[in-house]
Amino acid sequence: MPERVMFTMGDIASAEGALSAGCKYFGGYPITPATEIAEWMSLRMPELGGAYVQYEDEIASITSVIGASWTGVKSMTATSGPGVSLMLEAVGLAVMTETPLVLVNIMRGGPSTGQPTKGQQGDVMQPKWGSHGDYQIIALTPASVQEMFDQTVQAFNLSERYRTPVFVLADETVGHMRERLVIPDEKDLKLEYRKLPTGPPEEYLPFKADDDLVPPMALLGSKYHFYATGLTHDERGYPSDKEDVQIELITRLNNKILHNADKIIDLERFMLDDAKICVISYGTPSRSAKKAIKDARSEGIKVGMLRFKTVWPFPEEAAAQIAAEVKHIIVAEQNLGQVYYMVKAASGSTPVHLMTKPAGMPQLPNEILDKIKEVDSL
Amino acid sequence: MIARAIDNLELDFNKVVVVSGIGCSGRISGYFKTGTYHTTHGRAIAFAEGVKIANPELEVIVVSGDGDIAAIGGNHLIHACRRNIDITIVCINNFNYGMTGGQFGPTTEHEKYSQTSPRPIGNLEHPFNLVKLAASSGATYVARWTAVQARRGTRSIEKGIKKKGLSFIEIVGACPTEYGRMNRLGDGVEMHKHLLEVAEIQNGLPPHEAELDYETRIVCGEFLDIEKPEYTAVLREAQEKVKE
Repeated sequence: MPERVMFTMGDIASAEGALSAGCKYFGGYPITPATEIAEWMSLRMPELGGAYVQYEDEIASITSVIGASWTGVKSMTATSGPGVSLMLEAVGLAVMTETPLVLVNIMRGGPSTGQPTKGQQGDVMQPKWGSHGDYQIIALTPASVQEMFDQTVQAFNLSERYRTPVFVLADETVGHMRERLVIPDEKDLKLEYRKLPTGPPEEYLPFKADDDLVPPMALLGSKYHFYATGLTHDERGYPSDKEDVQIELITRLNNKILHNADKIIDLERFMLDDAKICVISYGTPSRSAKKAIKDARSEGIKVGMLRFKTVWPFPEEAAAQIAAEVKHIIVAEQNLGQVYYMVKAASGSTPVHLMTKPAGMPQLPNEILDKIKEVDSL
Repeated sequence: MIARAIDNLELDFNKVVVVSGIGCSGRISGYFKTGTYHTTHGRAIAFAEGVKIANPELEVIVVSGDGDIAAIGGNHLIHACRRNIDITIVCINNFNYGMTGGQFGPTTEHEKYSQTSPRPIGNLEHPFNLVKLAASSGATYVARWTAVQARRGTRSIEKGIKKKGLSFIEIVGACPTEYGRMNRLGDGVEMHKHLLEVAEIQNGLPPHEAELDYETRIVCGEFLDIEKPEYTAVLREAQEKVKE
């Protein structure tokens, strides 16, 4: 399909991104503020020969997505924090069985039912630590309608490349804001697909990784037979309670993300070259921060921003590096401090200040400007 | 029985998918040399639905226990039945959570003993009758057999696989190690002999009359075999309707 231009909201941009990435299966359950994704998919999926399936709950939704993915179909779900809470056991199953899938979380106010129609960035730690056991996750944080599209495409690419669930973590404001969206010509999109096994089926070891630590993935219905299980398993896929098998498996599952962190992490450096103060932000607050930084610059304050477009794997090296370059770091996020603690841990002796607002309206530019001035006067 | 059914139907083994949940029956998927998946507890049906919808060419068989399918996975069972999606569910009912050491579950009879309904208390709850549950939820093929009626059970699984719709087959089994021991039902051989004695074949009986009383009467047979639009077929029609 040739290039298209839409004026639309972030939720729909994300849905279109998924469709452009080749997603043919959506399993979901309605939830504010992610419902528009489901509604959009319920017509667009069948139009493109795919399936929109509305399940009885979020647990069935994501588990069905895992099932669909094992047939070779790019698959996704979309929800909000309460739904993610229900899905996290299955996220662990997808990590353990190395299943590509995309989970879009349009973050609303929490905990619990919270403020369904209001935004927050309270779910940053959730994908990384919410499922039990030691694991790594990939989570992307778009800040515009265009990025909702682009980063959903990217989420599919990363999930296919590393055989892992990938989160798109968008605050409600990004999900519901309307902006211009350019959907590129499909020829211009770089799409990735999981490695498939080659070689004789009788020699196939379903969980034997290549040098990139990712094993080729057999599909259900193919001549490559396998047993995939959430139990700790060896290269053959057979369950094992041996210590060395557990250590080998979880080390590889973690390292396939950590060793490729530089290829996964996406950052924007904004006016940082001569900066003495660095604002670290992501999602909607980063838009306010940009305005605040320009205003501060016009008053002669040397401030810039490191914007995280990826929060997991955490951009630890980038945070450490910027901490060595500037005198102060301000973390602006829409919660009571989540990325803040990660930045603090990476920043050595450089002071890290929290500029937060854990409620519906994100920080306004002048509020961030006030914080920049306050820190500048220290 | 499942392996025999696949063999008797001469299915292309590559196109058969076996999915299980957690528990004594959870390991069964791993005994099949095809594409198999061992899900988290209770989620075998949800996984199977995703597989079948994404690739309707596959024969998808779910095999798991009563705890997995009717307690933690009970919601998925009734909704999959309601959708009438073309998968075959074989539920092995041994009346308790055997793998965790014999606790009462959704099919444990009232007042029966288990590790969490110990003497002299007994089970405070009442059991699901799984064939009634599946039939009233919308399944289009429903049968029950005991583990000792292997030929009849196999035949029902064959019919279930061939059926274009959701098939639910309950296989009543024995757990002498836990449930049998705690309720003094004898060893494995005795329990299986008992199943044969109390099994009463009533093909065609309305599902709501298919009683199960372990002590005296386990009504077995095919209780439902009806036609209803199947989910993946309806989805294909919808795709045609709105094709770009």
